[in-house]
Amino acid sequence: MAYSDKVVDHYEHPRNVGSLDKNDPNVGTGIVGAPECGDVMKLQIKCDESGRIVDAKFKTFGCGSAIASSSLATEWVKGKTVDEALQIKNTEIVRELSLPPVKIHCSVLAEDAIRAAINDYKTKQGQSAGAHPAAAGAH
Amino acid sequence: MKLPIYMDYNATTPVDPRVLEEMLPYFKDRFGNAASRNHAFGWQAEEAVEKAREQVASAIGATSKEIIWTSGATESNNIAIKGVANMYRDKGNHIITNVIEHKAVIDPCKYLEQNGFRVTFLPVDKYGMVHAEQVREAMTDQTILVTIMHGNNEVGTINPIGEIGKLCKEREVLFHVDACQTFAKQPIDVEQMGIDLLSCSGHKIYGPKGVGALYVRRKKPRVRCEPVVHGGGHERGMRSGTLNVPGIVGMGKAAELCVQNQSHEIENVTRLRNRLKDGLFNRLPEIYLNGHPTQRIPNNLNISFLYVEGESLMMGFSDIAVSSGSACTSASLEPSYVLKALGLGDDLAHSSIRFSIGRFTTEQEIDYAIERVCVAVEKLREMSPLYEMAQEGIDLSTVQWAAH
Repeated sequence: MAYSDKVVDHYEHPRNVGSLDKNDPNVGTGIVGAPECGDVMKLQIKCDESGRIVDAKFKTFGCGSAIASSSLATEWVKGKTVDEALQIKNTEIVRELSLPPVKIHCSVLAEDAIRAAINDYKTKQGQSAGAHPAAAGAH
Repeated sequence: MKLPIYMDYNATTPVDPRVLEEMLPYFKDRFGNAASRNHAFGWQAEEAVEKAREQVASAIGATSKEIIWTSGATESNNIAIKGVANMYRDKGNHIITNVIEHKAVIDPCKYLEQNGFRVTFLPVDKYGMVHAEQVREAMTDQTILVTIMHGNNEVGTINPIGEIGKLCKEREVLFHVDACQTFAKQPIDVEQMGIDLLSCSGHKIYGPKGVGALYVRRKKPRVRCEPVVHGGGHERGMRSGTLNVPGIVGMGKAAELCVQNQSHEIENVTRLRNRLKDGLFNRLPEIYLNGHPTQRIPNNLNISFLYVEGESLMMGFSDIAVSSGSACTSASLEPSYVLKALGLGDDLAHSSIRFSIGRFTTEQEIDYAIERVCVAVEKLREMSPLYEMAQEGIDLSTVQWAAH
């Protein structure tokens, strides 16, 4: 199965790889997936006072399509408010990256990662700082 | 050095130019049907087929009359397993195999299970090996066939075929060996090893695709198989159909070339495989060899690169052709059943790459591959949340994953 040019481009030149300080109250962290399933995505957002996403980072264990989906997700959420970012649908990621049916789960995971990061951010904002930083964490 | 580099010799091999040369006349002037008994075209084709039969037989210490031509090892396995089961069903209904056989063995066994047979799928040890003792314990007075592969196609482990064969002889149970990965490339002697049926294929030995052979013992005991394909009664009635003469000629020549240079090729391929292995292990931490450390086919190297997913790793060196046990390389989304049977966690199974080299692999290609693979692994680990967590000292096995 050949990869689309856009998947290859995101794989070769991933946007926004890295990590933000997960203890920062303005940072939301989402970790979705599981190693047994062959993909784990960590997506982080950083918001300004008005709730607009000013930075986003990701790290992904997964196939090229999973890497591309999360890379694209970080690009798309930047500059949006958290509520706008929640509107991003996995089908848009599928279309943008021309993902074949067998890779649709990668886009679903990216959408889930955005939601998990925003949930974490909202939890932190609603409660006092110091809430559990990730959807998945050591216990 | 020409790119892309081929390192998937366990999947298939290129046809050796000397083999192709031998085949060409049988597409052109010598196009006869080997079953045509009344003219020169037929005689010519028959003579070529019989020469190839001799070449294949001598690679395993058999006689030419014991070789049946097929379309490939999948068909050979089907004839051996279903053919023996149907022929000997009055004697018993039990078959013994193991969980990491090729699907061309597992699926015929499962088919028989649905048709009144009982099949024992033996587990393998952590190296992917089956032991004679396990086979002994599984045997009952209903056992009619044991089918165990010689060299595993994914992890390369070589089974103790001689010991299992000896046991089968003692118990008078027929013994079939799928020798796809070892035929003509490793020393095999059907007499010494107590093998009654053996499957092999042309395209794994620098011969053409679409041709294979099945060894069927004729003496002590005389083994009979019910045909799977019925028709003109070719190949002692066990496999009807006009013979693929050019393919057969190619397989014969390919077997001859492999046998002639067997020890030299084993030495050369082992040296190159070890160079690749050492190059990767010296540079990359947390990588694991899958399969047996010493009892393995010399051209196979199967490694799990922890924290990195196999398909994305393959994308990182797309100018080197390898294969992966990762789910993402198949339609099923399930990682390799072979690696799972070795007890690997799904994470390690998803992180595996199979490098398999061969006759035309060069030292320069090995060195290039080492560099490319290391760079790709390092880059992907920097991008891996699992690697980051491990660096932070988090034990990944204690993490509650939000599985999807």
